[in-house]
Amino acid sequence: MKKDIILAGVGGQGIISIAAIIGYAALEQGMYLKQSEIHGMSQRGGDVMSNLRISHDEIASDLIPFGQADMIISIEPLESLRYLPYLSPTGWVITNTQPFNNIPNYPDMDLIKAEIGKVPHHVALDADAAAKEAGSPKVANIVILGAASPFLGMAYEKLEDAIRFTFGKKGESVVALNLKALQAGRNFAAQYI
Amino acid sequence: MQKLLLLGDEAIAQGALDAGLSGIYAYPGTPSTEITEFVQNSKYAQEHHIHSTWSANEKTAMEAALGMSYTGKRAMVCMKHVGLNVAADSFINSAITGANGGLIVVAADDPSMHSSQNEQDSRVYGKFALVPILEPANQQEAYDMVRYGFDFSEKYHIPLLLRITTRMAHSRSGVEIRPPRVQNEIHVPEDLRQYVLLPAIAKKKYKNLLKDHSSFAEESDQSPFNFYINGADKSRGIVACGLTYNYLLENYPDRHVPHPIVKIGQYPLPRKMIEKLADECSEILVIEDGYPVIEELLKGYLGRGLKIRGRLDGILPRDGELNPNLVAVALGKPDTTGIPAPDLMVGRPPSLCNGCPHIDSYLGITEALNGFSKGRVFADIGCYTLGALKPYEAINSCVDMGASITMAKGAADAGLVPAVAVIGDSTFTHSGITGLLDAVNDKSPITVLILDNEITAMTGGQTSPGTGKLEDICKGIGVEEAHIRILKPLKKYHGENVRIMKEELDYHGVSVIIPRRECVVALDKRMREKFKNK
Repeated sequence: MKKDIILAGVGGQGIISIAAIIGYAALEQGMYLKQSEIHGMSQRGGDVMSNLRISHDEIASDLIPFGQADMIISIEPLESLRYLPYLSPTGWVITNTQPFNNIPNYPDMDLIKAEIGKVPHHVALDADAAAKEAGSPKVANIVILGAASPFLGMAYEKLEDAIRFTFGKKGESVVALNLKALQAGRNFAAQYI
Repeated sequence: MQKLLLLGDEAIAQGALDAGLSGIYAYPGTPSTEITEFVQNSKYAQEHHIHSTWSANEKTAMEAALGMSYTGKRAMVCMKHVGLNVAADSFINSAITGANGGLIVVAADDPSMHSSQNEQDSRVYGKFALVPILEPANQQEAYDMVRYGFDFSEKYHIPLLLRITTRMAHSRSGVEIRPPRVQNEIHVPEDLRQYVLLPAIAKKKYKNLLKDHSSFAEESDQSPFNFYINGADKSRGIVACGLTYNYLLENYPDRHVPHPIVKIGQYPLPRKMIEKLADECSEILVIEDGYPVIEELLKGYLGRGLKIRGRLDGILPRDGELNPNLVAVALGKPDTTGIPAPDLMVGRPPSLCNGCPHIDSYLGITEALNGFSKGRVFADIGCYTLGALKPYEAINSCVDMGASITMAKGAADAGLVPAVAVIGDSTFTHSGITGLLDAVNDKSPITVLILDNEITAMTGGQTSPGTGKLEDICKGIGVEEAHIRILKPLKKYHGENVRIMKEELDYHGVSVIIPRRECVVALDKRMREKFKNK
């Protein structure tokens, strides 16, 4: 099994946490992993992306070739479209529909939604609302991870374990909140399976 | 063996800790910062008293590392590629003095300029200094190269350059680590004049370096990081340097490349391997991230010998970071792409954070300069460089660390008065102080804004060497006390701040204005930690 994933969002939205959780779950299953990200200048409210590759076979390149990503997981709708050139024809886009509007020329949201709708395989949900309902707006990234979970090629329980490991130090309530967010995303995506 | 998931930067740091490091020296710079931070956060490093605090700039870091090596202990110095320009004097001469304890210089290049002002290739510096260069293809090699490099350094008494790129620095993968070994004891050089580069001594040492250089090439042919892989299709041989080897393999899902390959991880080039490749193949494709250093070397000036393909002949692009697709095209394989990004796509450039003190400083100076002609603000390297973008459009230059003050001085010398310099607190202590001294001695009519957010913000919030000392530094080098003005960059003081800025713009001499307010990201982090500890 091999999954090539583009993680996208705006600096500070938590794509690195998603990468860490999927990465931990993959390593626990004895998989290889390569994850590449850009730090520095891009963090100040700019767009951020990470290449995450997990595989049972050894991985060569740190970068995913264009047109070959199995998935784009995005915490921001405009950002989900930026990396479409990476997506394979059979790939999925899993994205938040709630915009992070920090630029003066942010495109019309209806047009963005229409573009997301054109992608053959996509899951689009308001992760901010789902996160608030789960208990905190901060876990929108985990809601998105939950929505991506059916397509990751690994058992849902493995992701739950990874969340327990990742947030364990922060206490039981933080773990519970994140597990709830994961489940909310998962429930939404169930209709696409 | 224990396997850890590490960034390339972290693999280098872990490699250094396990190889018996005694001290790491650095000034923060993307993408090299995490090497030093990893050592700073390491319990093992604390328990073993390994030095890891930040230096004022790359030159002081390089020299301190050289001093530690002098004592026989192992030292590492880390910087981004342009930092090596700052450290170049010391770096080049360290090849002549040589090392005593193992000495590794890490330079992190940034092809495609993800967060830099150029994409210079540090391998050129390695060649210039005549030192061996290591260039890892993956995180495991990055880890292994450090111990190998320290041993090599101690065997030949030579510093080594470890060259990485952004992709290597900021990519994570599994690394198998080895048990740590002990640090060296202090043993000063046997020859107590080894480091005295008087011409008579330097001449001898330079001859020795040249002699050793042929041994370095032989070592490259034996290196575990260079290897020759045979292939049946001799119509083309391939030289793949560092990380690009992965892009090559990516294009062959079964990992069997039909052509002979020389994979390079150590320079100078392994001569025997390259000769074998040249003897066997009709042409050679050179794949390298950065400048066409090896391509140019193999091609020669006239290019009348062997046919060499690469960045110079256009089969690969001349600039920018390579990737699997660009390498596919060079290999004659089909390019792949997904759906084009829709037409509505717009850029999302980085911007100053909400509440950032620099915003108030820029709104102030822009208003204070109203009435003067445009194009008078010389800025520097840091978060505040983002003041060039909309909506501020407040600055007119950003060249190198410290250039704001000296460029403003030059412009004022030419008659552009008032001329304004904008520099951050950390950049000021890095390379701004000497320029300010020039201005003071010349009584140049410049207004210097030292934006003091009490931290090195751009690289993620490291300590700033000048915190609490800026006024004293300025006074000490002769700025008149009446023209050192401290401001609080907050909206509610805007009117008063503009008035003070105008006063100093009117003063025909050196003024220093210090808008001081803590970086909002640092403040937020501090508050969260305070809350956590309660």
